[in-house]
Amino acid sequence: MLRWLMITLLFALPAKAEEVVLGLSQDEVAITTSFDGSEILIFGAVKREAPVPEGELGVIVTIAGPSEPVTVRRKERRFGIWVNTDSVELDGAPSYYAVATSAPLDDVLGIRDNLEHKVSVPSMLRGVEAPSTVLDASAYVAALIRINTNAGTYQLLENKVVVDQDTLFRTRIRLPAALTEGAYETRIFLTRDSRVVASYETTIDVRKVGLERWLFTLSRENPFWYGLMSLAIAIAAGWGASAAFSLIRN
Amino acid sequence: MQIYLPIAEVSVNAFLLLGLGGMVGVLSGMFGVGGGFLMTPLLFFIGIPPAVAVATEANQIVASSFSGVLAHLRRKTVDLKMGTVLLIGGLIGAALGVLIFNYLKSLGQVDLLVRLCYVVFLGVIGGLMFIESLNAIRKTAKGTVMPTRKKHGWIHKLPFKMRFRVSGLYISVIPPLLVGLSVGILAAIMGVGGGFIMVPAMIYLLGMPTKVVVGTSLFQIIFVTAFTTMLHATTNYTVDVVLAVLLLVGGVIGAQVGTRIGVRMKAEQLRILLALMVLAVCGKLAFDLLVTPSELFSVGAVEGH
Repeated sequence: MLRWLMITLLFALPAKAEEVVLGLSQDEVAITTSFDGSEILIFGAVKREAPVPEGELGVIVTIAGPSEPVTVRRKERRFGIWVNTDSVELDGAPSYYAVATSAPLDDVLGIRDNLEHKVSVPSMLRGVEAPSTVLDASAYVAALIRINTNAGTYQLLENKVVVDQDTLFRTRIRLPAALTEGAYETRIFLTRDSRVVASYETTIDVRKVGLERWLFTLSRENPFWYGLMSLAIAIAAGWGASAAFSLIRN
Repeated sequence: MQIYLPIAEVSVNAFLLLGLGGMVGVLSGMFGVGGGFLMTPLLFFIGIPPAVAVATEANQIVASSFSGVLAHLRRKTVDLKMGTVLLIGGLIGAALGVLIFNYLKSLGQVDLLVRLCYVVFLGVIGGLMFIESLNAIRKTAKGTVMPTRKKHGWIHKLPFKMRFRVSGLYISVIPPLLVGLSVGILAAIMGVGGGFIMVPAMIYLLGMPTKVVVGTSLFQIIFVTAFTTMLHATTNYTVDVVLAVLLLVGGVIGAQVGTRIGVRMKAEQLRILLALMVLAVCGKLAFDLLVTPSELFSVGAVEGH
């Protein structure tokens, strides 16, 4: 209890010296029919009441997509063919996660603060719980990170935050085309000598609009009519194209 | 041109989808198969979630088969009476199939079962068709008259006989009902129209003339896949109408072209081509099961979310 109090005090004191003032190119991402991913410009400034403090300034920006439980399965060879054998259900892993930093992550952020604020992908996933019955749960978490990193849904963008005159910072983060709808939690950390001195949180709202929204809502709220409509459109198009084809032939 | 699919929640190239639809449509028109057994795996490869691919494919098959059926109706190569009997079996089978599918899903082994089903069925049917067509072509080349197909004794001893004028058959309704039923079950489990199973069954089991087989199977497929589409749309919410429309625009045009190619070709040539294609897909699926995967782990959504 006393240790926690001390840590809190340690963070609270320097936080007053410097603060983050943030701007976003957009606080909403609209998924339209022609949506092909989106690039978000995150920019801001460091507000100070006092002269520039000592220590190397670092800026870290993270964006986390909504989390849904996922099943990670492992294949094994059984009777000559590869079969899913064991599976683990992981709760709390975000569908998307990006970390952008002004210098290599290990240089701008110490291990303790990294764990404390869950900044890097591994420390963010430390809290992800696997059932206690699984012996090698870490292998499954590692697989989840590997698969998501290869798919581009987990990104580590080192040196991608540009800092001007120890005050202004900006970065561009690309959101992929395959996005889950929901609130994308965006965090900005200011560090001095690998310690977090200030942070700021906001959300970017990602949602479908227009035709996309309408179809999605209809399919969930009136699935019967949505199904009939899909069939009607299919049959009309099938019949129409057939009629057009025989017209052309005659 | 990238397009975002609202239900699949991925962005894909619209021309790629049109091209895939067209290619599979040509095959659909030529052989009277829905093409689902090719399209469903192709959709997996381009990154469509399997559940969406299976459900949307059912919707797309309705459209591509519809234009095919119209072409066959105009040429009077559809046995409506036989089609209706097959359909009754098919609807019961599809409902049973969905029940089996959901049960296996709860066991967590549905992917493997679907793949094994593909390998076994495609392998057996492709192999049989290939040998049969090869023998038929050899006999015609030698100049000998093709022997009339051997009548199955047990099929003629069954009760509830019915006359199917278009097919020139007088047989019991039990075999066609059972054929429809098993195709319906397999269609629901494997996410396909089932033409690649029904066409050989109609030729070899029921002894229907090859000329009416394609049109009649398309007729049955339309209604069974429409029923499957409704089941998926109302229980799993996985029918993506934007994806379906793009696939069917290519598919409908392709099917028209395919029907015309099919008319010009000899029945034996058609069958040997279909056999080769079935064997190729089977080989690819079997290879994927046997070779060591580069990634031993896979990530999927938790059931019920």
